[in-house]
Amino acid sequence: MPIETPTTSAVAAEALSKRSRGGSRGNPLRHGESRAGWLFVSPALLILLVFFLLPVLAALWVSVSNWTGKGSPLRADFVGLRNYSTLLVKPGLAQKDLATSLRNNLYYVLLVVPLQTVLALTLALSVNRRRLLGKGFFRTAFYFPSVTSSVAISIVFLFLFNAVGVVNAFLAWFGIHGPNWFADPRGVLHLLLGALGMDTNDPPAWLVDHRFMGLTWWDWLSGPSVAMCAIIFLAIWTTAGTFMLMFLAALQDVPDDVIEAASVDGANSWQTLRKVILPSLRPTMYLVITLGLIGTWQVFDQIYVMSKGDPSKTTLTPAYLSYQTSFISGKWGQGAAIAFILFVIIVIFSLIQRFVMRDRTTLPRRRRIATWEGSKR
Amino acid sequence: MSTAISGRATSGPATAPMAPGRGAARRSGWLIYLVLIFFALLYIYPFVIQVGTAFKTNEDATANPLNPIPQTWTLNAFRALGQVDFPLWFANSVIVTLCVTLGRVFFDSLAGYALARLHFRGRAAVTGAIVAILAVPGVVLLIPKYLVLVQLGLYNNYGGLIIPLLADAAGVFIMRQFFLSIPAEIEEAARVDGASVFRTFWSVVLPMARPALITLTILSFQGSWNELAHFIVAAQDPDLNTLTKGTAVLVSGQLGSGAQFPLKMAAALLMTIPVAVVFFIFQRYFVRGATAGAVKG
Repeated sequence: MPIETPTTSAVAAEALSKRSRGGSRGNPLRHGESRAGWLFVSPALLILLVFFLLPVLAALWVSVSNWTGKGSPLRADFVGLRNYSTLLVKPGLAQKDLATSLRNNLYYVLLVVPLQTVLALTLALSVNRRRLLGKGFFRTAFYFPSVTSSVAISIVFLFLFNAVGVVNAFLAWFGIHGPNWFADPRGVLHLLLGALGMDTNDPPAWLVDHRFMGLTWWDWLSGPSVAMCAIIFLAIWTTAGTFMLMFLAALQDVPDDVIEAASVDGANSWQTLRKVILPSLRPTMYLVITLGLIGTWQVFDQIYVMSKGDPSKTTLTPAYLSYQTSFISGKWGQGAAIAFILFVIIVIFSLIQRFVMRDRTTLPRRRRIATWEGSKR
Repeated sequence: MSTAISGRATSGPATAPMAPGRGAARRSGWLIYLVLIFFALLYIYPFVIQVGTAFKTNEDATANPLNPIPQTWTLNAFRALGQVDFPLWFANSVIVTLCVTLGRVFFDSLAGYALARLHFRGRAAVTGAIVAILAVPGVVLLIPKYLVLVQLGLYNNYGGLIIPLLADAAGVFIMRQFFLSIPAEIEEAARVDGASVFRTFWSVVLPMARPALITLTILSFQGSWNELAHFIVAAQDPDLNTLTKGTAVLVSGQLGSGAQFPLKMAAALLMTIPVAVVFFIFQRYFVRGATAGAVKG
């Protein structure tokens, strides 16, 4: 499959083109290529510049202006960083809403990214068995939700999780009275603390007295609301399939004899997994987590269809807040500023992840042997 | 290291030491099937319920949510959809998806080819710009896209729905990688024979790129059919609603509080069918696209 393994041939092609570049002036084959080259890229480039690069610049301007949505944004006044300070520093509703949305999305990210990665890896390892009956069937089943529309899936989940829906009917079999999912703003961590005997109606004073970005520490510690949990299930369920395919592609590159050698060496399957398979999946793991982080910080579709930020703003996310602030409340400068704050957060998270997952230069001894043995054969 | 090899040499032919290992493998084999079947149920059952509920009556849907088989089969949900502009949304989605898919396949492969093969001043800069665009999170562009559409007079018309989606950075990148991976000799032979650059591209290169073109077609089809955010910011006129937007508004607006689940399921079902059909026919290319889509990050 040419697309999946472009690297080696890409390097070769690059080398080839470098060699020919030397004589490009005299080469009649290169004649007219400059014009053709620009002609070929210009339609795509024009669209990308006009609808990606230009908008980013325009929004950057709007985020430091007082544009109200009427007339040309160029005629709006420059207000400096006022929109940003209203959102980040100045006590008020705008600051509190942004803090709430960041809190909601943070819990969403912290739960969805690890769980979907683990689920994807589990599914991939299970499906990757050589003699597995119905391999194609399982792979299709797990991947199918990833290709269907987020709107359709959201609608199905609205039904599954409604008060008298499928999930609660299922829970009733076990005598559990399920919550009214999409109307329940209670934070899961608060519920947990309540179950442990803490009086959640009267939390400790030091948690209530301290605030960060207009939100009390107690509110920051709420955990995802019950409503958000339903959306978290949806996200994990939908995206795991795509990442499973990425893991599967990587697993196919782990040579069988390395795994065999490990088991001959007396490693049990858990050791083989930890010491041989997982290390070779490192690059894919990195990719999956990066894509996961970028994707989860941008939840929009599901919120738009399922909750619009309700109940009690506990499913509000920065992406949706940005949309709502601009398109519904007409505060375009603020909305654009939220988008850029979100952008910075995504960059920061990617950097943190890069730092945490950076390559350790010294490999554990045993692993070095395993890979060496693998490459030797 | 040396023990591994000697261990292998001695225990290889003898079956006795291997036996316990195989037994364990078989036991964990059962476990794997159990896990897989559990998850398969978890993944398939929601779709089964979706199909079943679409043919139920409202009362049946809320009374027996777990049972996917309707007590009385009815097409009421689908009839009701006929009365809420659903056919119009469907037609809009078809128009937009067709244009976007054709545009992306053509423009992305043109650009991808130029970036991979043609030598022109500024090629590195263009490639860099496209990689940079790949890195911009889409949601950040919601508001800015609206600004630009309004300024260009593309707000609230088909142009605004279609034109911004006509090329995508990921597609250009996928095509570039593909063209880099195939040998250049054949096209160079064509060029020596005197064919123009476009001619060579059109009748020599594109036919060779069939697998990549199919992958790109499918990615574009799926992407534009399922797109929601862009349609929300690009138009306001209800006559320009696509399936995703129309249904999203319907579900959260008029029907938000009511529990007309069969109607909602029917809408979701009709929206899913075209993608499902394409998926089951071209599954292999979907799989390839998902792994190629890795460059999207």
